[in-house]
Amino acid sequence: MLKLNHIDKYYNAGTVNEMCLFEDFSLSIDDGQFVSVVGSNGSGKTSMLNIICGSIPVDRGTIQINGQDITQMPEYRRQRRIGRVYQNPAMGTCPNMTILENMSMADHKGKPFNLLPGTNRQRIDFYRESLKSLGLGLEDKLHVKVGVLSGGQRQAMALLMSTMTPIEFLILDEHTAALDPKTAEVIMELTDKIVKEKHLTTIMVTHNLRYAVEYGDRLLMMHQGRAVLDKSGEEKAGLRIEDLLEQFNAISIECGN
Amino acid sequence: MTQLIGILEEGFIYAIMALGVYITYKILDFPDLSVDSTFPMGAAITASAILAGMNPVLTLFLSFAAGALAGCVTGLIHVKLKVRDLLSGIIVMTALYSINLRIAGGRANVPIFSQQTIFENGFLDARIPSALAPYTIVIILFLITLVCKVLLDLYLKTRSGYLLRAVGDNEVLVTSLAKDKGLVKIVGLAIANGFAALAGCIYCQQKGFFEISVGTGTMVIGLANVIIGIQLLKRFSFIRSTTAVIVGSIVYKACVSLAITHGMTFGLEANDLKLITAVLFLLILVISRDRRKKVKAHA
Repeated sequence: MLKLNHIDKYYNAGTVNEMCLFEDFSLSIDDGQFVSVVGSNGSGKTSMLNIICGSIPVDRGTIQINGQDITQMPEYRRQRRIGRVYQNPAMGTCPNMTILENMSMADHKGKPFNLLPGTNRQRIDFYRESLKSLGLGLEDKLHVKVGVLSGGQRQAMALLMSTMTPIEFLILDEHTAALDPKTAEVIMELTDKIVKEKHLTTIMVTHNLRYAVEYGDRLLMMHQGRAVLDKSGEEKAGLRIEDLLEQFNAISIECGN
Repeated sequence: MTQLIGILEEGFIYAIMALGVYITYKILDFPDLSVDSTFPMGAAITASAILAGMNPVLTLFLSFAAGALAGCVTGLIHVKLKVRDLLSGIIVMTALYSINLRIAGGRANVPIFSQQTIFENGFLDARIPSALAPYTIVIILFLITLVCKVLLDLYLKTRSGYLLRAVGDNEVLVTSLAKDKGLVKIVGLAIANGFAALAGCIYCQQKGFFEISVGTGTMVIGLANVIIGIQLLKRFSFIRSTTAVIVGSIVYKACVSLAITHGMTFGLEANDLKLITAVLFLLILVISRDRRKKVKAHA
């Protein structure tokens, strides 16, 4: 159970440019839920993810995981149970290190990074198998530097790496936005497969309304730091893209554009 | 021949320091100016320790440890107090100038001629055949450099070494791996400055004295070595960067040495060394075009 309780978040607090993003924002996500989040630019989608992961501090309110208050916990500690995939495919991998080295590092998450050999040779077959499941031919390029791979290949690796060790939460920040439609489709199907296999609690921010409708069992629409739409279960299953578009237009008209 | 031996000797000493600069500049992408003071710190500690009767071999370890400590301080200032990378190095460099003088007993120049060193001691005198005697220093230096290089190569293949490479490559990933990126940077700076101080220690024992100004321009020399080596050998992907750095150090020393010997005819003298260093470094930067990325990142 992930809970955001009465969160306040201001940008440029105390200046003339002060902007209030969240005011008394609360949200709770049950274990195993797959939440799709849509919303216009600046509506607070990514900020919400950053608050959950600890990349940015909050001005008021608390964040809880399974009842434990993690508001003051530094970002890197929270990542122990969180896997995160970013919009930019370059964020999830090290370009100057080989595929094998990247996989080895991901495999050691949660363990001490000491003076033992960086790559455990006995695990190479396992890495090869996991890469094979992507169907991108990466299993034959173990000693190639990740920097020469395409965005789609890197993003697939980033997804694989962030879900390799036991985690509780998967945070997806528009992770298909930088990819071509076909690759995006592949990555999305892969995401769904991994989420189902590992029973991960997932929050996916996306601008693709079809993905938001097709995948996941709960849908949030954010606008000006509030969830203007929150459907789950049956209600979510009955949602159509047209309904979302209508809602979207309503929001935009409110804003006057 | 004497000139060649001289080039190799100095090349190897500075290669050890350049291995440290390779860590900060190439791996961490951290312009670390503290090497300018950790290099003479190694020399100061060595001179004092040898005069106090310490075994010259132990001074190698002592210097490395002291350098690593100074590197930690640079790292802590940068990471915990959130001071910019370049400024953290400058602060430590300035502070260490005074500390180095204190270590050397308040003197800017401490000779250790006629003391036992790693190059001249009873143990070696009894074992080195007289035919090899002129090459003793260069052989010992080669061996020490080789050990440093191999140890660094091995370290970079450990889990901790992977993390060090990752933090310069993509900090976000290190956080994603639930590791404190600041701590990794501190470790990298500690190793780098350990190497710089170790080089200073060896320099002191080879020259037979400590001198406070010996560190000025260390970082520039280190950067030049790293850039020359990596640019020169980048086509040969099977050559490790650490090997390239050592080759770069020797090539660089050869250039400086030639510039001085031939420069005499144009009225250059030994005092112009730093000027030559700077001009050579500028040339290398311009030719290698390595500056572009860095200028964007740090200017």
